[in-house]
Amino acid sequence: MIALTQSLALWYFTRGSGALSLVLLTVAFALGTPTLLSWGSERFPRLVIQLLHRNLSLLVVVFLFLHVASTVVDGFAPIGWLDAIVPFGSGYRPVWLGFGAVAVDLLLAVIVTSLLRVRIGYQRWRWVHMLTYAMWPIALVHGLGTGSDTRAPWMWWVDGLCSLVVLAAVIVRLHERPMISQRARNLALGALFVVPLSVAAWTMVGPMKPGWQKKKPSQGMVGSVVVLSSASPR
Amino acid sequence: MAVSFRLRLDPIACDGRGVCADLLPERIDLDDWGYPIIDPTPMSGVTAQHARRAVAACPVLALKLELVQSSGSIRGSHAGRTSSSHSLR
Amino acid sequence: MITQPTPSAPPPPPSAPHVAGPHLPRLLTAVGQHDERAMTLASHRRTYPVPEMARRQPIESFIAAVERSGLRGRGGAGFPTGRKLRSVSEGQSRPVVVVNGSEGEPASGKDVLLLTRAPHLVIDGALLAAAAVGAKEVMICIERDKQAAIRSINGAIGERIGAREVMIPVRVRVIPPRYVAGEESALVHFINGGEARPTLTPPRPYQKGVDGRPTLIDNVETLCHLAQVLRWGPAWFRGQGTDDEPGTMLLTISGCLKRRGVCEVPIGMSMRTIVQAAEPTHEIGALLVGGFYGTWISADDMGWISMDNVSLRPIGSGLGCGAVIASPRSVCGLIETARVVTWLAGETAGQCGPCVHGLAALARGMTDLATTRAPAEIVTQLQRWAGQIEGRGACSFPDGAVRLVRSALRVFAADIAHHVHHGPCAAAVNRSMLKIPATVPDREKVWR
Repeated sequence: MIALTQSLALWYFTRGSGALSLVLLTVAFALGTPTLLSWGSERFPRLVIQLLHRNLSLLVVVFLFLHVASTVVDGFAPIGWLDAIVPFGSGYRPVWLGFGAVAVDLLLAVIVTSLLRVRIGYQRWRWVHMLTYAMWPIALVHGLGTGSDTRAPWMWWVDGLCSLVVLAAVIVRLHERPMISQRARNLALGALFVVPLSVAAWTMVGPMKPGWQKKKPSQGMVGSVVVLSSASPR
Repeated sequence: MAVSFRLRLDPIACDGRGVCADLLPERIDLDDWGYPIIDPTPMSGVTAQHARRAVAACPVLALKLELVQSSGSIRGSHAGRTSSSHSLR
Repeated sequence: MITQPTPSAPPPPPSAPHVAGPHLPRLLTAVGQHDERAMTLASHRRTYPVPEMARRQPIESFIAAVERSGLRGRGGAGFPTGRKLRSVSEGQSRPVVVVNGSEGEPASGKDVLLLTRAPHLVIDGALLAAAAVGAKEVMICIERDKQAAIRSINGAIGERIGAREVMIPVRVRVIPPRYVAGEESALVHFINGGEARPTLTPPRPYQKGVDGRPTLIDNVETLCHLAQVLRWGPAWFRGQGTDDEPGTMLLTISGCLKRRGVCEVPIGMSMRTIVQAAEPTHEIGALLVGGFYGTWISADDMGWISMDNVSLRPIGSGLGCGAVIASPRSVCGLIETARVVTWLAGETAGQCGPCVHGLAALARGMTDLATTRAPAEIVTQLQRWAGQIEGRGACSFPDGAVRLVRSALRVFAADIAHHVHHGPCAAAVNRSMLKIPATVPDREKVWR
């Protein structure tokens, strides 16, 4: 019974920390728009939003660490520490978990370059920072693909609202200074159309279909665990 | 002999965001269009620390800190134009 | 041995003022007098034999000779040419020579005249400067719109190759027709493959320019004088002009004058003498000295001001590129200034906030002052903006507009008082005389 509770707690924690990471990432993303970053008023000096953006991003790293740790320690699925940064090699849902590893890699690159920003220069820092536009949808797909809660209403709300916020942030960014070239803007608008539609379509035919979560891990489990929702006991 | 620093702005990179002026009001004012007017007086100690923060906080990294030699000359190459140049040089 | 120039120099071109004085036109001798075409190599050599110095004296002495001559740049800055040569020659790698024939100033035509009608004198100067600093490459920059000059220089280069004159590569680089494209760092940026917009200095071109090499950038006229210094010596050169600013200079005079065009005067000549020789058609109210990048001088001051920077700088003015426009008293100086500043505001590279926004504000303020019954505070506002703009661009382009506005506020103070109390004068509404090019919209501007 204790093992069950412990394992379940860890599993809930994994899901919760994953969802929270996505929310924090979304807020940090939205705060990263240039106009907001230099916004200031009588009450708030201009650095406040910049610091929020920075600190939230670092907080995401903390929660991601907990998200990975709880998954590895749980042992329900054959996932090791390395699978968090080396994508597509795990025994459990390698593809969708791999997306998570890719997102972690991108985030680490962004964070490290941001910490060393003054040293590496503006242009180089900026190019790496653009990877956040890829990182967010990849993180979302990881959540949709591996998450056990995709069909749950609360998760719908979280995913849906976060997606809307990110979409809005990108549209606003395309019209702010520093302006990007017309060609880049057209490409971005194209991607803005294609990516959400394809992710939504895939979600409908994949994770939303019952039985998606039923896919069993290919390796053995550590300890005996009863999953309350759907999986049949070993 | 205290080591001192001077702020230097790249006016081409500067986008008039104004974050620097909030962080270092002792040396940076904003003009009527939101662009920073930098006081080139050398700084050291606490002011220099604040200046370092302002340099790091600039969204486009347009501010730099230069070392000022104790004799008052700027290390490295010549640090500015003569103010009355009558050609577009 | 230093040879003297032929004493019987041909008379100056008919349209330019014949200014009295014991001097001979030096550069304009090279310009074909009765012929619009370029001087051929053969006729050039008759007037200007290959410099004795180039034959007899070691190249190492060239720079010293230019230093002793006191020659200063004729592009507007007035920087001592000898000092520039020395700095470039002391660089770490092989230098490059760039001839600045951009002449973006609409009111100036002297460089185009030299390039079109005396191309061989320009090439002589460039080659001698290259020899002096040890460069093995010369580039002559000319604006795209100046096709006659481009053809002429290319023709002259072709003539020399045809005559089997051994020389280092001399190439023409065609630059976009923008005012700031002629700025030193903009030229370097363009030649290096970028846009013709100024870049952040330091390092300056004389330290690190084309291909990262020390680059000598000199105005067309400066190099022509340099060729003559090395032909006839520093003492000859100092025979005219002042001690601080020896030699002659080319002026482009225009406005309400009967004799308009390019003329050559010794530096330090009285402004009144020059204007009188040009035969004004109306009573002159003010002179715009230095072209659109210049400053106003009241006609009342013409009598005691001489055409040299030592006189002009203390009053906030300067020779600039030598363009002088005579504005009649019947024309309102405020509206002319407003039109010029509006044009200058449209010619920024668009890179620096204080310049882009500042010049636009100055233009609007001057236009309001000239065309509406503006409040008296507008003058304070303009002064404030001028102080905020000065020195805060990556290049000195905005400083020119600042100087122009300050000089207008001083010279036309009486007109300002009238405008503030009674509204715009009739002249501001009816008449303007300056030929100002149309402002090109941003999307049509080409920087490559």
